[in-house]
Amino acid sequence: MSQSQPTFVFRRSPELDGQTTRHPVIVLGAGPVGLAAAVDLALHDISCVVIDSRSDVSEGSRAICWAKRSLEICDRLGTGDALVEKGVTWNEGEIFVGDELIYSFNLLPEPDHKRPAFINLQQFFFEQQMVARATELAAIDLRWQHSARDVRSFDDHVEIQVDTPDGPYTLEGDWLIACDGVRSQTRESLGLDFEGRVFQDRFLIADIRMKEDFPAIRRFWFSPTFFDGQSTLMHKQADDVWRIDFQLGWDADPDEERKAERVIPRIERMLGHGDFEIVWTSVYTFTCRRLARLRHGCVFFAGDSAHVVSPFGARGGNSGLQDTDNLAWKLASVIRGDAPERLLDSYDAERIPATDENLLNSTRSTDFMTPKSKVSGAFRDAVLDLARDHEFARRLVNSGRLSVPARYSDSPLNTPDADTFKDGPPPGAPAIDAPLQSNAGDWLIDHLADNAFTLVHFGTDAPSIDGLNLVLIDATGLASDRYDARPGTCYLFRPDQHVAARWRHFNADAVTEAWNRACARL
Amino acid sequence: MTGELRTRLGIDAPDDFYEALIEAHAGLSEDESMRLNARLILLLANHVGERAILDQAIAAAKAADRS
Ligand SMILES: Cc1cc2nc3c(=O)[nH]c(=O)nc-3n(C[C@H](O)[C@H](O)[C@H](O)COP(=O)(O)OP(=O)(O)OC[C@H]3O[C@@H](n4cnc5c(N)ncnc54)[C@H](O)[C@@H]3O)c2cc1C
Repeated sequence: MSQSQPTFVFRRSPELDGQTTRHPVIVLGAGPVGLAAAVDLALHDISCVVIDSRSDVSEGSRAICWAKRSLEICDRLGTGDALVEKGVTWNEGEIFVGDELIYSFNLLPEPDHKRPAFINLQQFFFEQQMVARATELAAIDLRWQHSARDVRSFDDHVEIQVDTPDGPYTLEGDWLIACDGVRSQTRESLGLDFEGRVFQDRFLIADIRMKEDFPAIRRFWFSPTFFDGQSTLMHKQADDVWRIDFQLGWDADPDEERKAERVIPRIERMLGHGDFEIVWTSVYTFTCRRLARLRHGCVFFAGDSAHVVSPFGARGGNSGLQDTDNLAWKLASVIRGDAPERLLDSYDAERIPATDENLLNSTRSTDFMTPKSKVSGAFRDAVLDLARDHEFARRLVNSGRLSVPARYSDSPLNTPDADTFKDGPPPGAPAIDAPLQSNAGDWLIDHLADNAFTLVHFGTDAPSIDGLNLVLIDATGLASDRYDARPGTCYLFRPDQHVAARWRHFNADAVTEAWNRACARL
Repeated sequence: MTGELRTRLGIDAPDDFYEALIEAHAGLSEDESMRLNARLILLLANHVGERAILDQAIAAAKAADRS
């Protein structure tokens, strides 16, 4: 990844020449989450300015595991195919205690979904694709080598003090989406607390390149025989790169552990050979923290600026993408005047419970891997002792509960079921994909990618409502099983592909009311 | 219907069991004993299964602390 020329060139902004513009939206930070926010807004015809201090995509790779829901979001944004083509598809994981395989799992419970449970792809590839997509869209003004020094928020706008290679200027916007990462300047400028837990442990993360035919299975060792620490994780990425995480313990010296003369022998012992090349190494301490609220007037926090988790559930980047998936259509509706401003409060109502679920799962995994007391260590070891011979204990072994999409079960935007459903996604849940019978490669999820409210109707007659997308689906196929549908069943989807309401029979008034509720117009 | 934690005597030959329990720890260090106890608790908890009963057991164990 070492390039002598900066990939992201600086261009002079009109503000530097005295022009002041109040932009509709500013996105601060062009990491995965900020870029997704900008593309999403552009697809809703909202223009925005994106600023980032960087001149290159992120160094190393950090995130590697992208979940099915993220891929579905990226399909909607237009980068899904490129990611899946480049990424390493995987569904399976294996857990070892010592040398012994004690448990394996498959994360895709059923076949016939367009996207796999996960792909592994280096974060910089993800960012490159998203930058390419953003560059195609005229509504996005991407400003590299622009560093936000201070952020001030007023009742109806924000002002950002920006430093550039040509000097400073003030950037003004009606709304700000702060995607400026774990060390968020926005959080700092607004004086907001970022509370939670720090785990007293250190992990060596090494990406290595080697030719190895082993399948792309997530392999996790507790008490490995090749390493005297607590655990090791190994996982395949694109271009013959493999991610290895060594749990070093709290006493490890981060500067020492990063040195090649320590890293290489460690990996040689693990692999039994030295036929690899180091691509990137880093030593991390992990935390689980979040902001008390994600919306502060005209400022929204999304991604790592809003919450951070330890990475063993791959819940960081994946949850950040769900943040902007949730926010973009709402902000666009309010800016267009299609919905009242209070719709934006539902960002907190929906994403705070989702954030808490991610924090809970990540905290539990980290507590298992890094027991916080002697007795929790004893229970952890007891689970691993028992896991060899007893099935129940294998289910308690926790090496990361991997990212699943949030269900906004208690959202005020939902219209609760009035009709009886035994199955299918309830209001608040994301769409479940299914192949449509008409022809191969025709997926239900692709029919929900128009960035608009969509009514899916199982049957042949076509009721219609002005301004609402309509999708007709054969009531006998696999889709109707997954949606517990009969002829006449309708599902109303939001632009983010979550269910707003569902009925056994179409009724124009009921659909309109649910649509209004989902836009906070009631 | 959720069950209720049984606290009347349910163990067969209680004195024998108590002795066997202590005997199981013979020769173990404190750490080894702690880990054996943890294994025992997990096995028994799984056998009981029902969450409501397990929660009552945790609460009863905490409440009985006279130290
Ligand atoms: C070792 C490791 C492994 C991980 N593995 C996974 C995984 O497998 N799956 C997963 O989903 N997540 C994973 N994560 C988490 C993931 O990397 C982050 O959640 C993700 O990068 C968050 O994206 P973001 O856009 O919110 O923030 P960032 O990626 O941090 O981007 C923030 C952007 O804001 C810019 N910026 C910051 N401050 C300023 C400023 N003042 N002015 C201008 N620009 C600014 C930065 O230059 C940067 O481009 C992992 C993290 C680590 C550390």
